[in-house]
Formats: sequence, structure tokens, C-alpha cells
Amino acid sequence: MKQATVHARLGAVTKTFAAAVPPIHALGPVTLDLYQGEFFSVVGPSGCGKSTLLDVLAGLTLPSEGTVEFEGMLVRGTVPDGVGIVFQEDASFPWLNVYDNAAFGLRRKGIAETEVRQRVEHTLSFMGLMPFAKAYPAQLSGGMRQRLCIARTLVLRPRILLLDEPFGALDQQTRLLMGDELLKLWRETDATIFLITHSLDEAVLLSDRIGVMSTRPGRIIDLVETKWPSERDSRIVSDPTFGKLTARIWENLRDQSRKAIGLAS
Amino acid sequence: MSGAADVKSLPSPRLKRRGGFGDKLDVAIVILCALALWQFGALTIGSDVLSSPALALKKLYTVVTDPDFAGHLWETGRAFGTALVLALFGGLILGILLGIHRFSGEVAEPILSALYAIPKVTLYPVILLLFGLGISAKIAFGVIHGIIPVTLFTMNAVRNIRSVYFRTARSLRLTFPQLVWTIVLPATLPEIVSGFRLGFALTLLGTLIGEMFASQRGIGYMLIKAMETNDVDMLMALSVLLTVFATVASAGLLYLDRRLHAPS
Amino acid sequence: MSRASWYRIVLLAAFLAVLELCCRLGLIDRSAVIPPTEMIAGARDALSVAATRHGILLTLESVFASIVLSVTAGIATGLALHRLPRVHRALDPFLASYYAVPTFIFYPVFIVLFGLNRWPLVAIGFVFSVVAVVINTLDGLSRVPRALVRTALALRLSRAQTIIYVTFPAAMPWLLTGVKLAIAYSFIGVIAGEFVLSNEGLGHIIAFAYNSFENPTMYGLILVLFVIVGGINMAIWSQERRIYERRGGR
Repeated sequence: MKQATVHARLGAVTKTFAAAVPPIHALGPVTLDLYQGEFFSVVGPSGCGKSTLLDVLAGLTLPSEGTVEFEGMLVRGTVPDGVGIVFQEDASFPWLNVYDNAAFGLRRKGIAETEVRQRVEHTLSFMGLMPFAKAYPAQLSGGMRQRLCIARTLVLRPRILLLDEPFGALDQQTRLLMGDELLKLWRETDATIFLITHSLDEAVLLSDRIGVMSTRPGRIIDLVETKWPSERDSRIVSDPTFGKLTARIWENLRDQSRKAIGLAS
Repeated sequence: MSGAADVKSLPSPRLKRRGGFGDKLDVAIVILCALALWQFGALTIGSDVLSSPALALKKLYTVVTDPDFAGHLWETGRAFGTALVLALFGGLILGILLGIHRFSGEVAEPILSALYAIPKVTLYPVILLLFGLGISAKIAFGVIHGIIPVTLFTMNAVRNIRSVYFRTARSLRLTFPQLVWTIVLPATLPEIVSGFRLGFALTLLGTLIGEMFASQRGIGYMLIKAMETNDVDMLMALSVLLTVFATVASAGLLYLDRRLHAPS
Repeated sequence: MSRASWYRIVLLAAFLAVLELCCRLGLIDRSAVIPPTEMIAGARDALSVAATRHGILLTLESVFASIVLSVTAGIATGLALHRLPRVHRALDPFLASYYAVPTFIFYPVFIVLFGLNRWPLVAIGFVFSVVAVVINTLDGLSRVPRALVRTALALRLSRAQTIIYVTFPAAMPWLLTGVKLAIAYSFIGVIAGEFVLSNEGLGHIIAFAYNSFENPTMYGLILVLFVIVGGINMAIWSQERRIYERRGGR
């Protein structure tokens, strides 16, 4: 288990969308500590505010109440240096090829071209995209495009990586393989990972800890520790604890999910 | 994933250029048909209203080789060029700003739409009163014709940029100039070129009409003189000249448009 | 009313107020632009003259005729070209450059064809609008999702039924854009024609006022024109928004 220093922290964070009619109380209050180097997942029913939670944590949006801290400093409406984000939708730029997409963030920061080349080639190889360096996103499959988005963030060496249902649009087999890739990446970079997913299996499979959210307004109603070894991959599904953890989470989640889609609980 | 949703509204492949000789032949056929129609029209309507292609082309040759012509061409060219730069880049900047700042765009759009629909002819007296007779009035005419469609096209294109690109920009901590230059412009280039095509045509129209009212030189002036003296051959000759120029320029921009719209 | 509408009203009111002030304080030459209050007075005076009202009516009639003709012919042509892709491709470069040619120079041709009445003006409006309708119709028809066309086939609809019940409704937003443009361009064509080469109608009356140095009348009628065109535009625009929202954006 990695050291227990707090990397990011949410303190009684709530988010209300006041401009909507009627105002939407989307999130919170949520209090959560993320530890350095851990793999943390959030699961919850649809519409519970998971994405809002990520946005607040990332600095993409200001919380209505409460504080957000990253590496000891307050996060206030801008994304701090060292935070990497992978979105749910494909964010690859169709007008750039794979290489230029990956190099995009580095070039904007003014990094010298020799270093850009080194970092991009290393990351693209790591993600298995080097053979496609000159191809355009339109020529890639969905899974490859998401890998490209991850690569684009990875080259910047983020210390915390936030992923909002990055594998949502992929088929199950690809998801499992992408999960393994994510674990590999996590071990290699030692970054803290914050993953939002609607798949229980994925959360239990990949994470050190899982936060279970209620329906809107989303709060964390359970925190589950998996105690997996860090050298793990998708074959961990056969471990008996896997079933127990999934069952525990589903017990909490089932009622919440029923409420979320309008069924009586 | 956005893939499926995007494909839904793409134009059907029927109009994909097969390219090459067949298409060029078709265009040549269209031109020949147009010429035939013109000749037919000249014969039926009478050559004091509509001259035949032959006469018009003969007149065109005389006009173009006339030493005065260069002066007229330069006059129109100056005004048009300035108006074009102002209209295209002014429209581009306005469109980008109004597209990015959604609320301003929402406030401005009906106003711009209404201004687009108003017959700008009726503003000419105002412009003449404000700018006097001369080149600045002509440039102003050209600009008011061209800047609004370019703004509207650009604004719409920027609004249609997928929001995930803006969030990516924020996650990469891009500055505003970086956002515009490396994301907004590449993402909207095809639509901007479409807007430019229309802006080009309308700015030319505006400049010519301006010359008709506010100048003693230039092609617009030659037009109105021809209208007043009922010099049909001259009218036709100038029309051919303008049509050829506009078609060639537009075809050039259209080619650019197609290249940018084609999937890479 | 939405926040944006309020801002718009405030913006326009502020603009008029500033204009009024600048004119009255002499910052803007009175012989060039008159204060908005005097424009309104000019409008009221002009409209009290029966001949002016008659002229406006004539203009509106011609504009309406132009709209009806160009929308019908434009949609029909668009439909035809859609089914004849080869012809469409051949005509494409000309459609694109159409608006650069000052088509109003053909006014004398129209006079010969139709006589010295309102029809040459309708013809100018038509010639100016019809291509915009064709272009937008073609655009809309090409964007009908293939899934809908295949549904029509699966339901064994006839060609006419497919066009009426599937293709047209699906292409409606683009067709409406064409109609919007037809309205705008018909106004532009007819009034520009009246301005330059006619002796009746709103365009002519404005030109006459300009030439006679009658600024109040001129500005008053320009204002009337703005109100008419602006009003029609706003009405269409709000209808459009409602239709788009129902369809979940285009």
C-alpha cells in the first residue's frame, strides 16, 4: 500500500446550478481525501453528479460551497499544473495527426522540440500508438482515439490523472483491455488516479478504494477498500474477494440506481 | 463516443467529386448551353436590349485594350481590395468573439440577422452623407455588404465547436490567443472559408454599387454610364468581365473549401 | 422575456439615445444624420401621405410575389438537382459565384420582357432570391439521415410519399433557412430595383427624398423599412427557435 499523504482534498464541497430553473443541487456535500499514488474510483447511478465532482476537483468549475485543495494549495476555477484530465467524449483534434495531437500540450507550453519528440515517442510507444503516428483520428477506432487522448495527457507527466468514464463508448472486451493498460500506466508513472465509471466491475477491478455515490444531490455513501496488490490485472476477477466487494457495492448502489431511473425502491 | 452521431448528419456521398475529365466536360457543356441561351435571347429580345455574345465579346476586347481601362480597373481594385480585407477579417474577429462569448452572440444574432436582411441600398444615402463622395464611401458600401454574412457564418461555426475541445483547452491551461489560434480556427476553417466565399461575392457587389453612386471612375461607374447611355454592348461586356472574375475567384475558394471539407 | 432580449432592447435604446444626443449637440452633422426623434416625426408625416402608403403597399405586393415565386421555383429546382447529381455537380461552381454578379443590370431586359410595370421588379427579386433557396434546399436534402430514408424503404412508401412524409420534414430546418433568405433577398432586390430604376414604391420614394434633400422624410421611411424588415425577421427567428428546440437542435 502506498504512503498515506493526502494529494488532493475536497472539503464539504457542494455544487448548485443556480441558473437553471428550478436551481439544480447537483452535488454534495462531499468530503473526500485522495491519497498520493492511489487508484480511486467513483461509482454511482446516472445523473448523480459524478462528472460534476470531477469538474470541481479538476478546477474546471468552482464549487458553490466548500474547498478544493491540490498538493496543499487551494484550487480556484483554473486547472492547476500537474492535473491531467481525460474526458468522456473523444477530444482528439481531427485536424491533427496522432503525433501532433500527442505533442499538442507540450508545444503550447513552449517545450523544446527535441524534448517534445522524446516524450511523445516514448508515450506513444507505451500506449501502442507509434505505428499510427502519422494517421489521423478519423482513421482510428474509438478505443485508439481514447488511448490518444490519454497519451496527450500523459506526455505532460500529470501527478494526478482524472478520467471521466473514459471507456464509456467502448465494447466490453476493449474496456477490460484498456483497464489493464490503465493499471500499467499507473504503475509506471506513480500518478494518483481518479476514475469515474458506471461499471461496478471496472471500479472493483482497478481500484485501491471506491467511493459509492448516492443519487442527486450526490454524496459519498460508502467507501470501500479493496486491498489489492499493486501488480494486478484483469485476471483478478477470479479472486473470491472480487465477488464479495462487488456485492457490497451493488447493495448500496441498487437502491440508488432504482431511484435515479424512476423506479420505486 | 461522438462518431455515430456525427456521421448521422453528414451530406450523403452522392455529390462526391468523381473528378477528372467527366466533371470538367459537364461544366463546359453548361457554359455552352448558357452561351446558346444568350444568343437565343439576343435574337428574340432584340439587340438593342441584349447584345449577342459575339458583339459583347468584341466590345469587351475593345474595353480591355483601351488605355483608360487600367485606371478604372485600378480604382475598383483598390476599393474592393480594402473593403474585402476589412469585411473578411473584421467579420472573422467579430464572429469568433461573438461565438466564444455565448451570451453576446445570443444578444447580437437577431440584430445581425435583421441587418443582413435590410436592403443596404437604403443605407447608401446615410453613407454618402457620412463619408462624402469618393473612395471611402465605396469601401464602406463594400464592407457593410460583406461583413455581416462573414460574421454570421463564423459565429455559427464557432458555436458549433464541440464543447469537449474547450474543456480540453482549459485542462491544458491554454491562454485565450492559444485557444483561438490552435483550436478555434482549425476547428472551423471549412465553415469560415464558406463564409469568405459569400463575403467575397457580396463585398464585390457592394463596392460596384458604391461606385455607381459615388464615383467618377471605376468599373461601377462604367456600368452606370453604360446604363444611362443605353450602351448595351458595354453593359454585356462588363457583365461578362465581372462574371468571369467572380466565377474564377469563387471557384478558387470553392476548391479550397472542398479540400478542407474532405475527410483526411 | 429572456435575459438576452432585455440586453438587446437596452442596447438598442442606448444606441438611439447616444445618436439623439450626438445629433442634438452637433457632434454629428445635422445635414448628414438627424436625431431619432425627428426620424420618427418624419416617418409619421410621410405615412400620413396617401401616395406614400400606396407606394409601400406596392412594394410589399412585389416582395410577396417574389417570395412566393422564388420559394416554389427554388425548392422545385433543388429537388430536381438533388435527383440529378451530375447536373448538380456541373452547376455547382456557378451556384457558388452567382451572388457576385450584379444581376440588377438585367433590369432593362426584364422591362422588355414584362413591360413597364411591377413585374420587372418582381423578376429582380426572384433572380436574387431563387439561387439561395436552391442552395439551401440542396443542403437540406443531402443531410436527410440515411436511416430515415431506409425506414421509408422498409415501410414500402412510394417515391412521392417518401418525399412528402420523410424527406421534406427532415430537411425542414434547411428549407426554412432558404425561405428566410428568400424573404430577405426579395426585399433587397425589389427595393434596390426601385431605388435605382423605378418611379414608384418605397425604394423610389426614399431615393427621391434623398435627391430632394428631404432628410426627415428619407430617414423616416428608412426607419419604416427597418421596422418592417426587422419585425418580420424577429417573428421568423422566434418561430425558428421554437421549432429547433422541439427537434432538439437541428
